[in-house]
Amino acid sequence: MKYVEEFRDAEKAKVLVHEIDKLVAEIDVAKERPIAIMEVCGGHTHSIFRYGLEGMLPKEIELVHGPGCPVCVLPMGRVDDCVAIAERPEVIFTTFGDAMRVPGSKKSLLQAKADGADVRMVYSPMDALALAKKNPDREVVFFAIGFETTIPSTALTILQAQAEGVENFSVFCNHITIVPTIKAILDSPDLQLDGFLGPGHVSMVIGTAPYEFISHHYKRPMVVAGFEPLDVLQSIWMVLKQIKEGRAEIENQYARIVPDAGNRAALTALSEVYELREFFEWRGLGSIDHSGVRIRAAYRAFDAEAKFATPNIKIADPKSCQCGEVLKGVIKPWQCKVFGSACNPETPLGALMVSSEGACAAYYQYGGVKKREAVS
Amino acid sequence: MNVMPTPRRRSFGHISVPKVTLAHGGGGKAMKDLIDDVFVSTFDNAALAPLEDQARFDLSDLARYGDRLAFTTDSFVVHPLFFPGGDIGKLAVCGTVNDLAVGGAQPLYLSCAAIVEEGVEVDLLRRVAASMAATAREVGVEIVTGDTKVVQRGACDKIFLTTTGIGVIRTDVTLGADRARPGDVVLVNGVLGDHGAAILGARGDMALDSPIESDCAPLNGMIDALLAAAPGTRAIRDATRGGVATVLNEMAQASQVSIAIDERVTPLRPEVRAFCEILGLDPLYLANEGKIVAIVPPDEADAAIQALRSHPFGQEAAVIGEVKNGEPGRVVMSTVFGGTRIVDMLVGDQLPRIC
Repeated sequence: MKYVEEFRDAEKAKVLVHEIDKLVAEIDVAKERPIAIMEVCGGHTHSIFRYGLEGMLPKEIELVHGPGCPVCVLPMGRVDDCVAIAERPEVIFTTFGDAMRVPGSKKSLLQAKADGADVRMVYSPMDALALAKKNPDREVVFFAIGFETTIPSTALTILQAQAEGVENFSVFCNHITIVPTIKAILDSPDLQLDGFLGPGHVSMVIGTAPYEFISHHYKRPMVVAGFEPLDVLQSIWMVLKQIKEGRAEIENQYARIVPDAGNRAALTALSEVYELREFFEWRGLGSIDHSGVRIRAAYRAFDAEAKFATPNIKIADPKSCQCGEVLKGVIKPWQCKVFGSACNPETPLGALMVSSEGACAAYYQYGGVKKREAVS
Repeated sequence: MNVMPTPRRRSFGHISVPKVTLAHGGGGKAMKDLIDDVFVSTFDNAALAPLEDQARFDLSDLARYGDRLAFTTDSFVVHPLFFPGGDIGKLAVCGTVNDLAVGGAQPLYLSCAAIVEEGVEVDLLRRVAASMAATAREVGVEIVTGDTKVVQRGACDKIFLTTTGIGVIRTDVTLGADRARPGDVVLVNGVLGDHGAAILGARGDMALDSPIESDCAPLNGMIDALLAAAPGTRAIRDATRGGVATVLNEMAQASQVSIAIDERVTPLRPEVRAFCEILGLDPLYLANEGKIVAIVPPDEADAAIQALRSHPFGQEAAVIGEVKNGEPGRVVMSTVFGGTRIVDMLVGDQLPRIC
């Protein structure tokens, strides 16, 4: 068992699609309107496009691509702050690859690099720490983005930096947390969702309990889902089964990775280093209460926001950009006024066009494949 | 091959200092010694030896190979200079030879321009030149002219090479990306993405120990065999930067056809597949340096595959798809999972995804 190919078995997929067809035929509401299921996480969006899953599903199922792409929801003002830090001569600015292209109000990190800033791509915050130790005369800043999936690794890196007394290392923290955002989406009046695929790798850290409000308060089913295509199909089947049976529960399809209680050690590191911000700005969605974390005062020495002055200006999204409506599932990417014209992967206007996990970039790159006909 | 004029032998200059300095680019004796020591003595051939400002060929001699000249150039700035499966010297010869060969040309002569950063060890240059000479011998081409510049530290990354090549296209061969027709078959000569994965691995940025070697290889002999077995071959391209996905898009565009490939039969090394899984990369866009995409008419497909598989560089050749009468310029792929997706051109570099 390699835990990869087994979850890409085309024969098993056919069986699952058949079972999904049967369930859809038994759900009454599907005869009036499509059943809308949001995959919260960009990793799921990527799998859906990578394997062509939308084309395998009956047209009564509409997948709504949610806000779980950390690169996509980064507001322009924060990118400007990054560029300002990166352009300081003493700074080596380190970042994950796909954050390099996110447009700021004036330029992206990739453009800042071309203008002379020392911007380097790393694969882990520990790489950035190693770089700091190797370059004691420079200030190394790590651009921390991502949900609970990546927060523990930056927390542990900060703890390591402290233990080793590395003084020229800091983190520009843009970590965000998914639960308040799901709540904000559910409170949005212009949105009708029937169920959720939960973000598997976030749940690997936080477990399944934090989603209980979705079933209790909002009466929607959620299935915490893995990222291989069979995982996604099985999770869709599980959501449909709940809908058909009139249940709204939090179920765990990704049990091979996700313990219901989450990862205790990771959670401990997370709360040791980080605390909730009162609010955080999301591109397209606006400010959401308690949706971001910041570095606690005890670790201020490693907080790039404390170490460097940044413009810290809120920049409104371009007027023509409808990323927010796409993120909430109100419109499909191709219904946006600038999709593929003013906004394309080469010159992205909105963040959803930047990362391959962004719904618009995914449609632009992989999209356009015809959907299946209705289940008869 | 008969090259004119036949020159007298002369003794080669020699460098005794360990590192290249700006003096070696100054045009004086130091420069002549560097060029002699590193390049001329290593490439050692009759056309280069007189060190005229140009190499000279007899037209009637070239005409023995075919009726059209093929002419191409490519620059090499790879980092690191030495990587599993190859080095910048081998790459610089194979790259230009392959660009000639995929046009149906017999590669004959190369030039070599080197931009060298001051401070580079002379021994490193000698190793690069020796690798170029060995590869050229394997291919059967001669490096007949060249240029060397030395630039200040920081102005280039150790050594940049540019090779330009001349070949002659066989009289009966016409290949072109615009010649694909619906029903044609799409072939590759083996596993994809090895070079891109090997280079990323060799840079050592990602703490991944990978056993993947570059597929860097001169493909002229294999392409000869392919064209002999499948003379109706429509188009051949080598799938370098941008990978197979980019070449397929170019072909679909140029021929105004659609191309459908099947992920299940696309050959990939398990190590490359795993490498891409970990980094969130798509192997279809990874660079190759010893792989071609060929489009052949359906009745010659079996013969083409046979010919490729009987050559050392084509043992894992496979049919990966078909030319269709669909939306012009569109490349689609049936996934391992039974779905269908579009395979588009990449806008910039592939950047690893964060999660």
